[in-house]
Order: sequence, then C-alpha cells, then structure tokens
Amino acid sequence: MEVLKIATAGSVDDGKSTLIGRLLYDTKSLTTDKLEAIEKSSKQKGYDYLDFSLATDGLVAEREQGITIDVAHIYFSTATRSYIIADTPGHVEYTRNMVTGASTSQAAIILIDARHGVIEQTYRHFFINNLLRIKDVIVAINKMDLVDFSEEIYNKIKADFKALVAKSDYEDQNITFIPVSALTGDNVVNQSEIMNWYTGKTLLEHLEELDTQDVYNKGVMRFPVQYVVRPKTTDFHDFRGYAGKVYGGDINVGDEVVVLPSLTKTKVKEIYFNNKKYASATRRSSITVTLENDVNVSRGDMIVKANELPKVEKQFNATISWMDNKPLSNGSKYVLQHGAHKVLAKVSNIHHKIETDFSGVVNDIATLNMNDIASVSFLLNKPIFFDAFKNNRTNGSFILIDPQTNNTAGVGFIN
Amino acid sequence: MTSNLQINALENEAIYIMREVAAQFEKPVLLFSGGKDSITLVRLAQKAFYPAKIPFPLMHIDTGHNFPETIEFRDRLVEELGVELIVRHVQDTIDQGKVQEETGRYSSRNTLQTTTLLDAIEEFKFDACIGGARRDEEKARAKERIFSVRDDFGQWDEKNQRPELFDMLNGQIHLGQNVRVFPISNWTELDVWTYIEKEDLEIPSIYFAHKRKIFVRDGLIWSSSEFVYKDEEEEVEERMVRFRTVGDMSCTAAVDSYATTISEVVAEIRDSSISERGARIDDKRSEAAMEKRKQQGYF
Repeated sequence: MEVLKIATAGSVDDGKSTLIGRLLYDTKSLTTDKLEAIEKSSKQKGYDYLDFSLATDGLVAEREQGITIDVAHIYFSTATRSYIIADTPGHVEYTRNMVTGASTSQAAIILIDARHGVIEQTYRHFFINNLLRIKDVIVAINKMDLVDFSEEIYNKIKADFKALVAKSDYEDQNITFIPVSALTGDNVVNQSEIMNWYTGKTLLEHLEELDTQDVYNKGVMRFPVQYVVRPKTTDFHDFRGYAGKVYGGDINVGDEVVVLPSLTKTKVKEIYFNNKKYASATRRSSITVTLENDVNVSRGDMIVKANELPKVEKQFNATISWMDNKPLSNGSKYVLQHGAHKVLAKVSNIHHKIETDFSGVVNDIATLNMNDIASVSFLLNKPIFFDAFKNNRTNGSFILIDPQTNNTAGVGFIN
Repeated sequence: MTSNLQINALENEAIYIMREVAAQFEKPVLLFSGGKDSITLVRLAQKAFYPAKIPFPLMHIDTGHNFPETIEFRDRLVEELGVELIVRHVQDTIDQGKVQEETGRYSSRNTLQTTTLLDAIEEFKFDACIGGARRDEEKARAKERIFSVRDDFGQWDEKNQRPELFDMLNGQIHLGQNVRVFPISNWTELDVWTYIEKEDLEIPSIYFAHKRKIFVRDGLIWSSSEFVYKDEEEEVEERMVRFRTVGDMSCTAAVDSYATTISEVVAEIRDSSISERGARIDDKRSEAAMEKRKQQGYF
C-alpha cells in the first residue's frame, strides 16, 4: 500500500488537533479503547463534546498545557492508502519543529481560523512550506461553523492568501483551498450539506488523489552509497555490493555510471533486492548494486549516470534553518552530513537573515539563534556532490552537527 | 532478472535504517523478544545485507515469564539464521538484588526488564539497540525519533530530542551514550501483519487462536499461569483466544478469536475495534505509563 506523508501547521487554537481527530474518527481509525479514553478525559475536563485533541497530544507536558510542543506522528488509512501526519506546533518559537515535520512530507495542510483570517502565523507556515519545497499545500479554512458557513468570508480569506502566494518564488506549487469545520466534520471526510456553495473536493478526497512519490522529487538519478556489502562466504567470495537508496530517477543494469569522488567510469552489473536480481529500480528503492569494474567505493561515495554529473564543490551558499540553543556565528565549525557523506564545514559568511513573514532580509548579522533562517556560505575540507535543493530535495540538503554536543544543530538547503 | 523492482515504501525505509545502523555504529544489537515486530525486524535485516549475514547479534531480555512457545520459536529461528543470540535474564538481576520482584494483583516483571537491559548494554558496550517499537502503538511512542539518543543512565529526554530531517539520521554520540533505533517506526499493526503474510514469515503459535485456561479481570482476558497472580474468587475457564502482542505473561492479555491462519488474523485486525496496546495491562496503569517507563530506559 502506498504511503502519503503530510505535515500540518496551524496556530494555537486553530483546531489542528481537532481536525486530525476528525480525520481519524470519520475514517473509523479510532479504536474503541482510544475513543473510550477520549470520552473519559473529555468528561473529566467537563466538556460536552469529544475533545479529539486528546488523541494526538502525546506528552504529559502537552496534556497539562493543552498545546503541542513536538512533532507527533499520527497514522490512519483508507482502503487505498496509508497516511502519516507529522503534526507540528504552530508557535513562532517552534520553526524548528515545523521545518522538521515538513522535511519528510510531500503535502502540507495549513489551518486558518475563519474568524481571524490570514494572520502573521499563516505567513510563517506558508513560508516554511515554500522553503521546504512542499509540492502540495492545502489551505483548510477551519471553524466555518463559527462564521455561519459564509462563502463571503471564505472568499475573502482565499483572496488574502493568494496575495501571499504572489510573493512566493515556487511556481509549480499546487495550492488548494477547502472550507471545513473540524468540530462538525463538514468537508473533512464527508461533503458539507450546509456549504453547498463549495463544489470542490473534501479534504480527504483531495488527499486520496495526491501523488505519493513526490517526496523524493523526480529528476536525475542519485545513488549515495550507504554501506558496502562483503559477505566473504564460499558462495559469494569476491562479492562486493554497494547498498543504498535510489533518489531522483531510475537505475538500470547496463547504465554507464561514474563513481564520485574518484570519477571512475563503469557500468551497473547487477541490481539486487534481497536475494533477487532486477533489471531496474525506481527512486525510493533500497537496493544493492554491483559494478562491472573492480573500483574502490566506500560509504559516502555517490554513483551517478555518466552524463548527469552533480556539482562537486568545496564551497557553496545555502539557506539554513538554525535549530540549536547554541548560536551559529562566523567562523564556527561543524560536521556537515550530506546523505551518507560527512565532511567538516566552516561558516565563511552569514549574508543575511531571512524574515519568515515575507518581509525581506536583515543584513549585518553576526550570529544566528534557534529558529532563525538565513543565507550562509560554507567552506568544506573536502568536496561534496550536490544538486540545488529546488532540483533535488534529498541531494540538495544537509544537516550540521555540533562537534562538541553531537546535536543536530541546523539544516541547510543548497542554492 | 528481467523484471523491474516494485517497492513497498515502508519496507524500503526500514532497510535504509538498518543499513545506517550498520554503517554508523560499532556495536549494534537487535533486541529480539520473539514477538511479531522483532520477527519482522529480523526479516528486514536479512534483506538489508543480503548476500552477507546480518552484521550484528540478537539479544533477548528474558523475563522468565515468557510463553514457552515463544522461546522454542526463538531458538529455532536463530539456528536457521546462523546469527549470535545473547540472552540476559531478569531473574539474575533479581538475584543480584538490583531490582525487587513486584507483588500483588498486578505484579509483573515487565518494568524490571529495564534494569537487565541497561546492564546488558553496559556489559557488551552496545552503542545502538534496534527495537521493534512503532509510533502508532502508543501516544508517547508517537513522539519517538528513529535514532533516539539515551544517556549514560539509559534515559530518554523527550523534550530535548534531535530533529530528524529528510532521511538523514545523526548517529553521533558520546562515549557511554547509546541510541535506540526504530526501523519500523512508521508501520502500523496492520502493516506488520500484512508484511508477515506477504513474506510468509513463521510466528509463534500463541498469535493464532487456541484453547487456553484464562480468567477475566477488569474486562481483560488473563492467561492462567503460575506467573500470574490470581485471586481465589477469580474463576478459571477455557476459551478460544489468541494474543496480539507477546509481552511477558503477566502483562499481556488475550483476545477472543477463532483466527487460526495469518489471513484470518489480518482480516480480524482490519475489522478490529480495539487497539493492540488495549490488551497491554502495563499501559493501563496510568495515562502516562509508557512515557514514564521510557524516561527510565524502557524501549
């Protein structure tokens, strides 16, 4: 069964948890014991309705404060596909979590409270979905029940959001507007009987039709070598296989390939998945390949097609999202992990900070703090083999690891 | 070799994670309970490294209160795979005076395993422990990372977790720390069962409907055994049941079932209205039961 990963973003009290709870409830994904637990908790809190948010807010601190403070993963399925929702909190200070949730998703739902319309938080949510190149963005205009299911209000919010879209540089992004009420269920799974002025799909109907393979966008094939398989058994005495995941495009037996960084030319001899051989494998496949020539390949190397070389450089510019308590400053050094490849990186210049509300940039920045997004240049001790993030989400991104704490301190998107 | 590979997204993700473990750590181990999730992990590890053998040992933390069927099954599987099996016993931890046996109506060795596990990690200097936990099982597990860092005391700091971006996994740790790895994080119970069916994997017989001596307490079906505390007035009867999870006998409740084949089990799960951990007595202790155990080093 195919899997669709979705990120959700909304401000406090936009009803994000209620929307997710509603999706679970109307797709009959909530089991009796979970429902009972929700009923019990709702009653204890004195609510006269079912508080679906209790199904998603996992940590004690969250239940106490009634807010979501980390990325939670929620699962449900329909007859045709499985869904994974990365539920992220919407406060300004949690940019880090939103970026994280969006990085593994191919679609995003941005929630807007119909009573408040497009607010600063909406700008920020859309900005992050843009930065992360999320292909499909669904703008769910929620709490329509509280504005008398008004078409006029819906159209006004839609127009305001479109003004925001005009500021974006991601032209191929698909943006869909849906008026919903998570509380009453209108247009979430079931068509609203009241909002008959809306003739589009319900939220679930729309999700059912999205392409599940777009998370690793289509383009040129990249095969970063994760692990070298050397069985050294009698049957496979000289076997040397290169294990990894295929990104971007297809790999076929007989393809003329180049191994980076050695630039050795060879051909794909065999493609294994478990104990079977195949003629070709598509993007997202975790396979093991063997090569015609006896070349020296190790973890961190990359196999690409001979006529599709990536950039191989020691210097580049990237947009980074800072995620650590310890600030980033000019000259700081980090371990840069780019797929299976690790190198050392030095910050050579912080060009400017980018405001997440589309208001522009701030120059003359000396340090970056948690949740800042900025344009930064790096100098590496060894070259990496990359593509621009807009052309290849996986081969155009990297993480920065603080060598003292070993924490994942930031993520970068190569320009 | 003429065909094109058709992939299962979750399987490929899990294989990718297995390979990251083998590449990034020096002493990984796969925690094997003999349950369906760990059987699935073993299959994924086989696929990840073919034609080489699985490059790490399996380890079973034995509570001593296992269903005998599970142990027989475990030993057979390990022999077939030709991998090393390490067994560490909760009984030994009790005998060493490090933990005290619980007493009373809800006594279980389930929480005691944590100490035995942490001791074993220290004994073998394991830096990565692969486990079969899934995010859909329980709400604290929904927050779990794929590479989840534990400190010297095996503790989970849930408010200070490393962000995981795209599919990049950061396995850099300090000496003494270890990482719990969850390759099937994104699978649901149904995904596991359909996989077992598709791969035709053998699983312990207690997952299928069988006649068993049971008693009913708090609406849950308890196995009647010397390891399970029972009041005198609690009546034992024989029923057709099966187990949905294989914990220790003292913390795993059965469900009424007539499913005797994998396809019948899959059909039953599809229609089921009770979640898997709904039959875990250990989770019913409080709303935050799992989160508390995880902070202490449980997996």
